[in-house]
Amino acid sequence: MDTQAATAEIPSVTQPLLEVSNLTVEFATRNGTVTAVRKVDLVVAKGETVGIVGESGSGKSVTSYAVMRILDRAGRIAQGTISFSGIPLHDAREDTMLDLRGREISMIFQNPRAALNPIRRVGRQIEDVLVRHSQATSQNAKVKAIELLKLVRINDPEGRYHAYPFELSGGMCQRVVIAIALACQPRLLIADEPTTGLDVTTQKTVMDLVADLTRERQMSTILITHDLGLAAQYCDRIVVMQKGDVVETATAAQIFEAPTHDYTKRLMRATPRPGIAIRDLLPEDQARAAIELPARTPGAEPILSVRDLVKEYPRAGGNLLAKFGPKKEKAAAPAFRAVDGISFDVGVGESVGLVGESGCGKSTTSSMVMRLLDQTSGAILFDGVDIAKLPAKAFAMHPLRAKLQMVFQDPTDSLNPRFTAFRAIADPLYRLGGVTSTDEARARVDALADDVGLPRALLDRFPHQLSGGQKARVGIARAIALSPKLLILDEPTAALDVSVQAVVLNLLVDLKARLGMSYLFVSHDLHVVRLLCDRVIVMKGGCIVEAGETEAVMTAPSNAYTRELLSAAPHAPL
Amino acid sequence: MTAARLLSIAKRLGQTLPVLAGILVITFLLTRALPGDPAAYFAGPAADEKSIAEIRKSLGLDRSLPAQFLIYIGQLAKGDLGQSISTGQPVVTELFTRLPASLELTLAALTLSLLIAVPLGVLAATRPDTWVDHLCRFVVTAGVSLPTFFTGLALLYVFYYLLGWAPAPLGRLDIIVLPPTRITGFYTIDALLAGDFATFRAALAQLTLPATTLALFTLAPIARMTRGSMLQVLASDFVRTARAAGLPGRTVLFTYAFRNALLPVVTTLGMVFSFTLGANVLVEKVFAWPGIGSYAIEALTVSDYAAVQGFVLAMAILFVALNLLIDIAYTLIDPRIASEA
Repeated sequence: MDTQAATAEIPSVTQPLLEVSNLTVEFATRNGTVTAVRKVDLVVAKGETVGIVGESGSGKSVTSYAVMRILDRAGRIAQGTISFSGIPLHDAREDTMLDLRGREISMIFQNPRAALNPIRRVGRQIEDVLVRHSQATSQNAKVKAIELLKLVRINDPEGRYHAYPFELSGGMCQRVVIAIALACQPRLLIADEPTTGLDVTTQKTVMDLVADLTRERQMSTILITHDLGLAAQYCDRIVVMQKGDVVETATAAQIFEAPTHDYTKRLMRATPRPGIAIRDLLPEDQARAAIELPARTPGAEPILSVRDLVKEYPRAGGNLLAKFGPKKEKAAAPAFRAVDGISFDVGVGESVGLVGESGCGKSTTSSMVMRLLDQTSGAILFDGVDIAKLPAKAFAMHPLRAKLQMVFQDPTDSLNPRFTAFRAIADPLYRLGGVTSTDEARARVDALADDVGLPRALLDRFPHQLSGGQKARVGIARAIALSPKLLILDEPTAALDVSVQAVVLNLLVDLKARLGMSYLFVSHDLHVVRLLCDRVIVMKGGCIVEAGETEAVMTAPSNAYTRELLSAAPHAPL
Repeated sequence: MTAARLLSIAKRLGQTLPVLAGILVITFLLTRALPGDPAAYFAGPAADEKSIAEIRKSLGLDRSLPAQFLIYIGQLAKGDLGQSISTGQPVVTELFTRLPASLELTLAALTLSLLIAVPLGVLAATRPDTWVDHLCRFVVTAGVSLPTFFTGLALLYVFYYLLGWAPAPLGRLDIIVLPPTRITGFYTIDALLAGDFATFRAALAQLTLPATTLALFTLAPIARMTRGSMLQVLASDFVRTARAAGLPGRTVLFTYAFRNALLPVVTTLGMVFSFTLGANVLVEKVFAWPGIGSYAIEALTVSDYAAVQGFVLAMAILFVALNLLIDIAYTLIDPRIASEA
């Protein structure tokens, strides 16, 4: 890789740009002091890209906030030193830090849309930084801001200068955030999960942009990520963190060839990648203990047949002229087709992946199949009945509703915060399962908790008292409570850490084998789809561009867009 | 000001028309539904059946409801709201003199309240759990827990009776001072426009205590909302971005945080304004303020239907106008709202 080649030539004898040693960060909470980062050492040389990899709660973001000295009020640096090209940052005065932030050290964040002021034009937000650090005067700030927008390769930079964040896509917003971060030519860039929530192709363009710009400017970069594949692709050295400790530091090549720490090994095992089976994600002892998965029986009759399904939305942002004007202008703005006449089948006992980037219509499709949304036209045959004829409102109490269930993307947001886990799982039993007595519900929920591997003792807890993985199990238990024939899984593991994702994915295949369900698996993660699905459907712009057996599509894609998706997905060099 | 904003403001203006039409119908029907016979009231206690019928005819009350409604609209178009039974004055004249009195009091109170509550809320949000925060909490709790008539009387006792700093609570102006020439109807502003500083000082002196009383009461919701909204915005991602870019504290606080925190504050302000305008009757009573609230109460107790009808109509139109202003303020503060419309 180019970045690695470039840094290999940099002599290592020079003083490092950033040197963090023995750093401990504590947070004062209601339950006493919590140590978020413990005795962390980190060195970043000039021009080097260092990845900090870890799961949630590993302290990777806190470390970078400590370097920037933007820990929130409750957090403090309890111990250790941070030195940035000789300047001690750990006890620097706030006005020194104000000068350094944005000029010498910059940061880009995850969720770029939220990272920009929603009611200020993006051009002005770039100017704010330029003027603050005397890189521009109020006379030439606009020109310089537009230059920066050009630098981050935004189309029509003059026009976008006046845009508000809500008028830009997620990828564009991240480019603006990068423009703000690079405005004053900093020497160190900290990227905190810069592409989480972005599509794979956008992720690739954003990461390539960051890599290009940092190389051109001889900048050092710290890339904070949970994605080992991403870190492997863009970093020279990788620091693995777990629960506030650095467990391993090595070059990217070393860490993937010969990881020394157990946690690194587990993390790498749990990362979905080409050429492995789903059991390979689990730690070795668990993988050996897992049940044998039955071979797939091809040619099963379909449980779900979707035919010529269309969903149209009236074109948004139509002005008064278009509304009241002559007919010709109305015809000029046809309805937006979110789903444009798609047809597919899901066989009994089969799992089908629905893949595509945001806005491709995959969620609209699953909502229509789930009867949460009325289609414009088309048929949805579920178990031989055309449920598309039933209005979405009427379907909620239909007997077939029990046979069609959904697992949602965000395990936290899809649980009622005032329901205990027990109540959440029992809810469908009471509503559609004909369960009336508490004893019967208790027995059924206990059995379901055992099925999904949720300790019974946790059933009386509320969602905020459960971990992400436990909440995901509650969501799955709720969905299988009525023994559905078809389960729609809408990115069920997107919000989970990789090690938890590995367990949940394996749980899903176990349940499918045991209960004989069919899955419609909606996802943007090709590696996960590859592990879980028999067949895959690739969508783009409301249409199906390619469909077929997963292995065939993944190894020999016939469509150019599928190839683009596959090549954009980061993969660890394993 | 972009085209989208102008368009959304124009749309919002258009939406007020059906509301105003609805208000006209409802005030008309409401007064017809009031118990008692207006003709009998007009005729007086000594009148017989025949004279009552005559008066009914002269008032147009013997006609069908739609016909009466048309007459009512016709009179409205000429600016005629009928006559008050109790004072004998045309309702329009009464409203014309009393509404500015109430508005002046309410606006002065809200301005005072805003000047204290917003900085207090912002300070409390930037320094949680410090003495400013505790002060904010204390003022807020005290403000809502004390009824306005009590605060009013207490202020009068201290500043008028004990200290003698404030003038006697006898309305908008001391009787020895002549009211300024009417331009806006607000004595303070009219006096300033006339360049009459003595009158201005006298009017301001009369205004101070009742305005303070009302301000203390309205302080609470505004300060609370400012604090809560600021706390939320200060914890948001874009404030972190601004801090990470090295923007100085003042820019982060005002350009980034405060403007974003304004929306809920403006909403609260609108609610507080509507509420105070109708509910400051207690303060008006304590300070003998010739406002619209006390007028409405007096009219209600003697079933003075024309006055009640005029009051309801005036208040309704005022609220519609106020809501319109708040919505326009929204579109000015937040570009997202303009594009949604």
